[in-house]
Amino acid sequence: MSVTVPILILALPLFMFIFIGLLGKKMSHMLAGVLGTLGMGTVLVLSYATAFDYFFSGNPLFINEAGERLQHIVFDQTWLQFTDSLVIKLGFFLDPISAMMLVVITTISFMVHLYSLGYMRDHHGVFEKGFQRFYAFLSLFSFSMLGLVVATNIFQMYIFWELVGASSYLLIGFYYTKPSAVSASKKAFIVTRFADLGFLIGILTLSYYTGTFNFTDFTSSAVAGLADTFRVDLATPEAVLSGFRASAAPMFMGASVLTWALVLIFMGGMGKSAMLPLHIWLPDAMEGPTPVSALIHAATMVVAGVYLVARLFPLYLMESAALDIIVIVGALTALYAAMVACAQVDIKRVLAFSTISQIAFMMVSLGVARPDFHEGLGYMASMFHLFTHAMFKALLFLGAGALIHAIGSNDYTEMHGLRKYMPVTHWTFLIGCLAIAGIIPFSGFFSKDEILSAAGGYSMWVYIWMSFVAFLTAFYMFRLYYLIFWWKEHKVREGHHAPHDQPWTMSLPLIILSVVTCVAGFIPFGNLVSWNGEPYDFMAHFDWSVATVSLIVAVLAIALATVMYRKENPLPAKMKRALPALWDWCHHRFYWDELYIFITHKIIFGCICRPLAWFDRHIIDGTMDAFASVTNKASGAIAPLQSGQIQMYVWIYLLGAVLLGGVTILCLI
Amino acid sequence: MEITAIYYLIPALVMFCCGLYGFVTRRNMIAMLISLELMLNAVDMNFVIFNRFLFPEQMEGMMFTLFAIAIAAAETAVAIAIIINIYRSTHSVDVRELNKMKF
Amino acid sequence: MESVGSIILYAVVAAVIIICSVLAVTTRKILRAATYLLFTLFAAAVVYFMLDYEFLGAVQIAVYAGGIVVLFVFAILLTTHPGDSSRPLTSKRRALGVAGALLMLVSAGYSLLTRCELFTSKAEGANPDMQLIGEAMLGTGQGGYLLPFEAISVLLLACIIGGVVVARKR
Repeated sequence: MSVTVPILILALPLFMFIFIGLLGKKMSHMLAGVLGTLGMGTVLVLSYATAFDYFFSGNPLFINEAGERLQHIVFDQTWLQFTDSLVIKLGFFLDPISAMMLVVITTISFMVHLYSLGYMRDHHGVFEKGFQRFYAFLSLFSFSMLGLVVATNIFQMYIFWELVGASSYLLIGFYYTKPSAVSASKKAFIVTRFADLGFLIGILTLSYYTGTFNFTDFTSSAVAGLADTFRVDLATPEAVLSGFRASAAPMFMGASVLTWALVLIFMGGMGKSAMLPLHIWLPDAMEGPTPVSALIHAATMVVAGVYLVARLFPLYLMESAALDIIVIVGALTALYAAMVACAQVDIKRVLAFSTISQIAFMMVSLGVARPDFHEGLGYMASMFHLFTHAMFKALLFLGAGALIHAIGSNDYTEMHGLRKYMPVTHWTFLIGCLAIAGIIPFSGFFSKDEILSAAGGYSMWVYIWMSFVAFLTAFYMFRLYYLIFWWKEHKVREGHHAPHDQPWTMSLPLIILSVVTCVAGFIPFGNLVSWNGEPYDFMAHFDWSVATVSLIVAVLAIALATVMYRKENPLPAKMKRALPALWDWCHHRFYWDELYIFITHKIIFGCICRPLAWFDRHIIDGTMDAFASVTNKASGAIAPLQSGQIQMYVWIYLLGAVLLGGVTILCLI
Repeated sequence: MEITAIYYLIPALVMFCCGLYGFVTRRNMIAMLISLELMLNAVDMNFVIFNRFLFPEQMEGMMFTLFAIAIAAAETAVAIAIIINIYRSTHSVDVRELNKMKF
Repeated sequence: MESVGSIILYAVVAAVIIICSVLAVTTRKILRAATYLLFTLFAAAVVYFMLDYEFLGAVQIAVYAGGIVVLFVFAILLTTHPGDSSRPLTSKRRALGVAGALLMLVSAGYSLLTRCELFTSKAEGANPDMQLIGEAMLGTGQGGYLLPFEAISVLLLACIIGGVVVARKR
């Protein structure tokens, strides 16, 4: 396979970033935007070609006679050589999930590039300040995210992981004159950085005991006769595990070092994927421009954690304790986020919590995946849901962006009854809602149904729990839908023109994504992606009973939402009054932010930092200040001696000479 | 009466002490320079006197004086150039005005 | 025994040195101070002649009396108005100066006089030959002064340039 296309996929966004970033001020807004979009379009075509080549060409590098999909390293260049064994490489890794991610990232990124051409200007068509910067950062993000998914080794992944975090920081803080955006960007960066500390420690632990960074050394074995081609093979993680068992420090605080390493690596994923308790940055990240929320905080970056676990999945299989932790964290997060999403006013916050909840679905799905149950259905379901969720959540976010753009506010209280004014947005948003609620035949139905099947195979409790979350999901999405588009007639405020649909650059991505959402469920995903590359017959494992139950749950939830929110009525207010505590806790996101502020400000700052600061300021600085002031005073006392009066100097010199002479004479006598 | 070294040394000493007195009391920089020349000349005389009376076969003292005279000439020339320059900017040759040069 | 003439000459020279140097530092008219300095320098030249250093005496007259004093006179004329005299010294200042000078005089004179026996030798030796001086001046071997000679010439060059640069009108 030629390396030109893979290199171009990575190099083009980087080049666009440098080009637009450096020369953006020199070019017109439109030129920068169109250049960025065209660049991303090229990457889109190249990525589609690569993914198509991977999945459908039948190339023996990618698929063997048994129909198993193989992992192929297109190139792997030494980047940093510290010692003979400690080598960091940058490469391009093709396997089912990286090929799928290429498609997801470039699709969403291209849609967002296109959409932003219309979104990032006001109603009079005037471009926002920093428009070129926006496109430069989008390109940087695309580059980082692509580099992340094609990483051949965990260190390359870590490098791009951080780059993704940095570009996310830049984009959240795009409106850097707004204090809330600045603090949100800092919050996102610090929280994810904190999680990445765990990730780094995990990487180092894992690599210290295994002596390698390469993913293929953890999960797969080389295919004989083919260079740089591997197939997933449980013998390799088993060898890693036995290596750990044999090594000097197999246990630490009651758990094996491998478990620790995997949990710490998962902690990095928790940060990026906003799992409890590191989720607090994602709702605030909505301060960024809405296309950014669609790209980064719904479709691509936040699923990096899921991708990371999926990438190391065979290794996680060796330590079911780590997978159990993933299930627990995911299940708690899913319920928490779904409950909070029911009580939010800001439509982007609702979508943000919905995203957290859906990512938790993917995590749970990975956690419950076992090769002995439906041949690892959970893994496939997780990746499938990642794919479909990326599409319909980006659709929902872009739709929300269109609404915000038209209304000028994030609150649904200022929207209400928009269905007649913005038909395109209305219909596409409805499709997105149906998909996330899990209504057949929209894509979300299929992926969510498989997740529930997989959960059922793991434990009945997890199945019931996740079904309840699915119920809540359908409920809050339709609550949002009705409150935006129905509830009561829209009142056009004095001095404002009626809200209307957006220009084609914004409508086109919505329509494309809604079409994708309608048909994506019928992709035979199991044939393309499975945990070990073996083709997975989707329909043979389809559990109609689970599907029927989940469909009934979704319809019930939608019916409930319809009753409560379709027309203006006192029911929601009554509910709120009936359960004030629950409402309060949900509305205030279970006071997590307050808890964090309490811990950081009161405990860490107040009890640790403040005494340390006092010690630093008064004892350490005080010592130095004392030196300085003593020196200063002494020099002040000596300075008058240097009067500039030459004759004074002569006197002193004379005195010295006479004294010296006197001493000499006395000695001679 | 024999004129021994001490007879020459005493006037030289007096000359030196006069130079010293003038150097520490006079305010005029040129007067100070004149006092300096007196001291220098006294020292030159001492070299010559010791050369003649103690080491008559050699001529180190004389050579030293020769060089000292040359250096004194150079030093005076530069000193006077500086004094004139100062005078040009302060319109005074009072040494007390010079204390600004310490900054 | 010295001849009476040389004793008289010595007495005159010693008196001129002492009186003129005292006057040079006490007179309040700066031009007079320069003149007294000139006399002192002449007297010093006479001392050199008496000690049979004729070349040195000639240099003393040529460089000191002829060069330096003329420089002083020019500088004085440039910086003071004719007839100006400096303000009288305060008594405290004078007393201090006298005390310092006397301290020096007493301590040095005491050490000289207590070691009088060291200086009882007669003046010996003859006037060094001009050829001898010339060869010493440019000699590189034992007793040669080529290196200081060259150093002095460089110093003089530096002083010429420095003098020009410092005194130049900006």
